[in-house]
Amino acid sequence: MNAFHGVSVRVEACAKIFADGTRALEPVTLDVARGETLVFLGPSGCGKTTMLRIIAGLETPDFGGRVLFNDADVTGIPIEQRNVGMVFQSYALFPNMNVAENIGYSLKIRGVGKAERAARVAELVALTGIEGLERRRIDQLSGGQRQRVALARAVAARPSVLLLDEPLTALDAALRERLRWELDRLLRTLGITTIYVTHDQAEAMALGDRVVVMRKGAIAQVGSPRDIYFAPTNRFVAEFVGAANLVEAHAVDGMLSLPGGRMMLADTKASGDVVAMIRPESIGLVAPGAASLSGQVERVSFVGDRQRLTVSGATLRPLIIDAPNTLDVKIGERVGLMVDPHAVRVLPGEHA
Amino acid sequence: MRDRLIFAGQLLFTLVVAAFLIVPAVLSMVAGVTENYFRGVRSGLTLQWVMQVWELYADTIARSFAVALITLGVTLIVGIPAAYALHLRGGRLSRAIEEIITLPLAVPGLAIALALLLTYGGFSDFRRSSLFIVAGHVVFTLPFMVRSVMAVFALVDVRTLDESASSLGASPWRRFRDVIVPNAIPGILAGSLMVVTLSLGEFNLTWMLHTPLTKTLPVGLADSYASMRLEVASAYTLVFFIMIIPLLVAMQVFADRASHQGARR
Repeated sequence: MNAFHGVSVRVEACAKIFADGTRALEPVTLDVARGETLVFLGPSGCGKTTMLRIIAGLETPDFGGRVLFNDADVTGIPIEQRNVGMVFQSYALFPNMNVAENIGYSLKIRGVGKAERAARVAELVALTGIEGLERRRIDQLSGGQRQRVALARAVAARPSVLLLDEPLTALDAALRERLRWELDRLLRTLGITTIYVTHDQAEAMALGDRVVVMRKGAIAQVGSPRDIYFAPTNRFVAEFVGAANLVEAHAVDGMLSLPGGRMMLADTKASGDVVAMIRPESIGLVAPGAASLSGQVERVSFVGDRQRLTVSGATLRPLIIDAPNTLDVKIGERVGLMVDPHAVRVLPGEHA
Repeated sequence: MRDRLIFAGQLLFTLVVAAFLIVPAVLSMVAGVTENYFRGVRSGLTLQWVMQVWELYADTIARSFAVALITLGVTLIVGIPAAYALHLRGGRLSRAIEEIITLPLAVPGLAIALALLLTYGGFSDFRRSSLFIVAGHVVFTLPFMVRSVMAVFALVDVRTLDESASSLGASPWRRFRDVIVPNAIPGILAGSLMVVTLSLGEFNLTWMLHTPLTKTLPVGLADSYASMRLEVASAYTLVFFIMIIPLLVAMQVFADRASHQGARR
């Protein structure tokens, strides 16, 4: 398959208020590099799908907003002339066409000859691993197969940008995980500019070069998966992406005073009321006397690959801690808590 | 005990249907091939009344089919795009338009005919042609086409199909032709069946709109009841049945097959 194809995408001051007065999107400006996979992540109603539909050309941004592909303004161009590929949550495969006809439809529209079309369809069928299903009707396919057909159909005409709207949400958990890897491999192979919308943070982490976390129609944070996980810039991102302990406390010279002891911050000059975020897996359990912070185990929940503990008494609100699955802890036991100062993230601009 | 009651109920229902639907129809048709109705079947069977009907009213039969087919054509050309547009736009305006289209179902046919006559009666060439009747039939049957097509659109999520076809580069017309219409076939067939049946059997609107030279089948039937021997009128009923039943059966089979396909989706 050809290496990088695709365009850079720029969204400029795009806002959207629907006819019924709902504000779906605050003015958003954003750049997507050529060949990059950008994921919009957020709860339902955060504006991520509206964003995708504006880029696709299914919605027009409110006055003043612009969408640019490779620096050319496409705001006024209808979707059918934008050369995009799109995968819908429901897949929207055509029931009146079989698998091969679905995949080849965009080529037929573009007047590609029969032989060339068949060759391209065969190539995509092989790439997505659905050999042997070409003559099947859509209602004879499983959910996973439909997802693959939808993807093959979307990329058949070598679109400049691939848009995916929650493409894995309709599948069950085990299949979702497998298809996520497959999708990742495929996007890397294609090297196409991809914009992906999901409410599943694991999906966003696994697939995105960059993740845009959205909330109430505005961008909460943009960054690499590692950035948004380890260095969230606000409480919403910290809590929405993975599990997080938010500790509200008073700091004096980089030291937090807590009900169960003290905790060091990496920044030794930090003072005043702060909100500090600690991921459950970055708290280590030690003997009660061996750490400056301690608490009491309130609940143990064994989930197989690890166990999740709730420890109270250390901070105002109970801490959630992920401990190795081999560790023997009992409810009521007193434990020491070891936290690397660099794993404690003080959320900027947040006050307790 | 319960089974007996159910059986008795079903039997009663069957008998009532037979007594009020099948028996009168059969009697009427038999009368049409009887030598003398007042002396009964004993007077002998004949095809002379049927022949007479054919001579007198063959043109009404042909005209009825022509009117029904043109009506069907117009409701297809107007109704399917209308249903598509109403479904995609949605909102209050669409609902208002849908209500207005549906209005002729609630207004008596005579009133519609009168309104048409008042408005277009002055265009005498139009008034005298069968197209005047077609206009009335279209007004009356259009809601059936629009509604049954819209019902299918709601079922197959045609909006998302439309969007996905557009993302693949299809112009509005290609989308309509390649995706919308093929997926609306069950509704289009059901609608067509209704339109043809209603148009062939429509009487009260047509009776107002017709001229002596533009009689349709039901109007001819009324005419023969009013002015001919009872045997002739009955023979007319017979001809009507012979004409319309194969057509209805054929369309029903067609529609069944299509909706089976639809159901499998």
